[in-house]
Amino acid sequence: MSRILEVENLRVDIPLESGTLHAVRDISFHVDKGETLCIVGESGCGKSLTSLALMGLLPTKAIRTANRLTLGGRDLGTLNETQMADIRGSRMAMIFQEPMTSLNPAYTIGNQLAEAMLRHRKVNPNEARERAIYLLEKVGITAAASRLGQYPHQLSGGLRQRVMIAMALMCGPDLILADEPTTALDVTIQAQILHLLANLQKEFEMGLVLITHDLGIVARVAHRVAVMYAGQIVEEGTVEDIFRRPMHPYTQGLLRCIPIPGKTARGAHLGSIPGMVPSLIGDLKGCAFANRCPHAFSDCNTTDVALREASGGQRYRCLLSQEAAEQNAREAATA
Amino acid sequence: MLVYTGKRLVLALLVAFTISVLSFSLLFLAGDPAAAIAGETATDQEIERIRTMFGFDRPIWLQYLEWVGRAIQGDFGRSYYFGMPVTELILSRIPVTLTLAGSAMAFALILGIPMGVIAALYPNSIIDRVALTIAVCGQALPSFWFALMLIVLFGFMIPILPPSGSESWQHFIMPTVVLGYYATPSLMRLTRTGMLEVLSADYIRTARAKGLFPRTVLFKHALRNAVIPVVSVAAVEFGFMLGGSIVIETVFALHGTGYLAWESIRRADFPTVQALILVFSLFYVVLTFVSDLLNAWLDPRIRVA
Amino acid sequence: MAVTSTTIPTMDAIVGPSPGQRLRKRVFGHRGVMIGGIILLVMVLMAVFAPLLAPHDPYSQNLANRLVPPIWHETGSWTHPLGTDQLGRDYLSRVIYGVRISLFIGISVAFVSAILGSAMGLAAGYFGGRVDLVVTFLITCRLSMPVILVALAVVALIGSSLTVVVSVLGLLLWDRFAVVMRSATMQVRALDYVASARAAGCSNARIVFSEILPNVMNPLIVVATLEIANAVLLEAALSFLGLGVQPPLPSWGLMISEGKDYLLFDPWLITIPGVLLFVLLLAINLLGDGMRDVTAPENRN
Repeated sequence: MSRILEVENLRVDIPLESGTLHAVRDISFHVDKGETLCIVGESGCGKSLTSLALMGLLPTKAIRTANRLTLGGRDLGTLNETQMADIRGSRMAMIFQEPMTSLNPAYTIGNQLAEAMLRHRKVNPNEARERAIYLLEKVGITAAASRLGQYPHQLSGGLRQRVMIAMALMCGPDLILADEPTTALDVTIQAQILHLLANLQKEFEMGLVLITHDLGIVARVAHRVAVMYAGQIVEEGTVEDIFRRPMHPYTQGLLRCIPIPGKTARGAHLGSIPGMVPSLIGDLKGCAFANRCPHAFSDCNTTDVALREASGGQRYRCLLSQEAAEQNAREAATA
Repeated sequence: MLVYTGKRLVLALLVAFTISVLSFSLLFLAGDPAAAIAGETATDQEIERIRTMFGFDRPIWLQYLEWVGRAIQGDFGRSYYFGMPVTELILSRIPVTLTLAGSAMAFALILGIPMGVIAALYPNSIIDRVALTIAVCGQALPSFWFALMLIVLFGFMIPILPPSGSESWQHFIMPTVVLGYYATPSLMRLTRTGMLEVLSADYIRTARAKGLFPRTVLFKHALRNAVIPVVSVAAVEFGFMLGGSIVIETVFALHGTGYLAWESIRRADFPTVQALILVFSLFYVVLTFVSDLLNAWLDPRIRVA
Repeated sequence: MAVTSTTIPTMDAIVGPSPGQRLRKRVFGHRGVMIGGIILLVMVLMAVFAPLLAPHDPYSQNLANRLVPPIWHETGSWTHPLGTDQLGRDYLSRVIYGVRISLFIGISVAFVSAILGSAMGLAAGYFGGRVDLVVTFLITCRLSMPVILVALAVVALIGSSLTVVVSVLGLLLWDRFAVVMRSATMQVRALDYVASARAAGCSNARIVFSEILPNVMNPLIVVATLEIANAVLLEAALSFLGLGVQPPLPSWGLMISEGKDYLLFDPWLITIPGVLLFVLLLAINLLGDGMRDVTAPENRN
């Protein structure tokens, strides 16, 4: 399988008055062709900033560093803004959370769809239009040709997100970054959009990085999962491994928060993770999750924890041995 | 769009009607026009004679209907002082005022919009601060005094511009700067605010995510949306400029409608003053109407409802 | 249990600075407010203590001693630090008395228009519906009328005096009050405590005066400040055109008008009152803009 995206030790630092905010701390992952990687975590864990960092769309104050950042073998770390712009929308495209505000109200759908293609590919407006109609039909929009002349405010949220997806596909990118693409939509529409994304990804054999806090979504579409906590990846593995055998106490906690129909008793309390995420300003000492971890012991507060590999390639950032972690996982599942 | 236009049109007509009543009755409520025309030394008989001569003794509503009936046909009566039809008088002066206000507006837009854009692109930078300082000072600068200072400076000390009159285009330079400078701060501030707001909008991020050139992002996606409110304010400012032209035209002895207004007020030339108030107001009404339409045209959310 | 007083954390440690303290900190930390406030304070003191500060009677003429240049000229003297005008009146004294006129007109015009405009804005914002329609229409009509032209015409007809200028400008400048108060009232009206006051059966008058008015004071004060500047500017313009304050009153606008015949050889006659007018307007605007920043930080820019 060919690697599309490789990220090694990506950091995003934001200098603030009260100190430097280390929003993303040395995260490493990769995405293969035709693979969906889900990045999971609660708000503020750095998952959105990670996607913006990959796109080169971070706020001006934020500083990005990485040991390795390649897209299809091309080093993104050394590119200047203009070269980066050549890649954005062409080799790598992004779908945002807010379909209601992510389209420019002043221009027609057709105009905004064609734009990226006219910028990156040597096509004339007619060819771009053809492609736009083709993709609108692909994303399940009827009467595609007539939609081209419509303005964003004339479309519903679900339709707009379909347009955003079509827009991302215009240049046939190798990689799609989707940052909570369904969060702002109605539940019924959410499923449709997810299906659509998964199907398109299969059909066009793209890499997909799907950022979400919804484990239900993860279970349905992911091939591999990276769980983020406080700017770090705390666990990473195949979707089967993560759901069957979560090694990190945080992942175990997250999984306990999902109600399972038929299994979770009516009126029973859903799991919750007590405590608060530590401040991301300044350096962390020990494990970031230690203060909330049910299995924490004294070393957790002092020893820096590296990702360790469990059998099967699953990686987790915890001092507990594989056996102890598996034992915890079993207990968590039955609790 | 049609409904929108219709609503605006009805509103504009209502405003125009109200203004016509106001501008007509203003002068009657304010005092005795016959006495004012006759002057301070006139005897009672003379005032009476003038009253019947001009028909001031008839009921006010009758006078109004007569006045408005003729005004609709473009007849505002004869000027007491200039001894010619008011319509003709005003029409002969309008080109000067329109030239002045038009060039001042252009000046303000050419200065204000780029300054606002640059200030928004580099918020809190030195450029931003300089632009804001200019804006704050501009709002505090009395236009007539600024005009006099320019006359002293460029009319006499470094005599490169004619200090008064309206014969050539050089005569319009200083008045344009003075009148335009007055409108610049608000246009600049509005552009800056609008740009700051738009630049942080999600669709700008989308545009950047498409890899568009920075100039496309800035001009096509950002500026286009940021100027929508600027357009309506520019129209309003244009209306204020016509009013402000009274002061500026008087200082520079530019023979436009502003100067005419001042002359006719000083000479108690009622028909001219009444007509001018109505014309100025109608101009403003038309301007806001046009700006509403322009706004709708620029903003598809209004246009394509 | 014995708890020594030192172990009890102070109120400050728990809740931090009070809203008042925070506001004060913002006010004193805001450069515009400070500069504008200090200049304005000096101007107000000048107006109040004009009789003590002025070295001469601002009205006493001395034709033998006319157009004496100010002190920075070679021929200037300390008897008349800012020289004398075309009638030989001491310019410094006239300029000092001039602040009185500007501030008096500015404040009283803002007062009149604030009452008119706020009443309309409050009514429109609170009652909405037809009342709002009527008020909005009135605002539109008022905005269509050219202020300077109408003011000039009316003042010319009635005859100019301080009272006339104040009433005419007061009757013309209410639009901004109405616009701002209308939208501020609408915002406050939608809040829960107004709804609960209404549910508790409070009368409209009581809701408007005790629930709404206190919460729209900030924008009202900001607009009032900026309107003072507007009124000062308009008075100066009217006086400059000869239809505002009448001679021999030392209005700065009038002084500039009187001085413009001499602008070629004695430009200080227009420079001095002009600079003062500019500084006063700048101070009021800085204060007004600054107060808007301070009272509503979220509305900055």
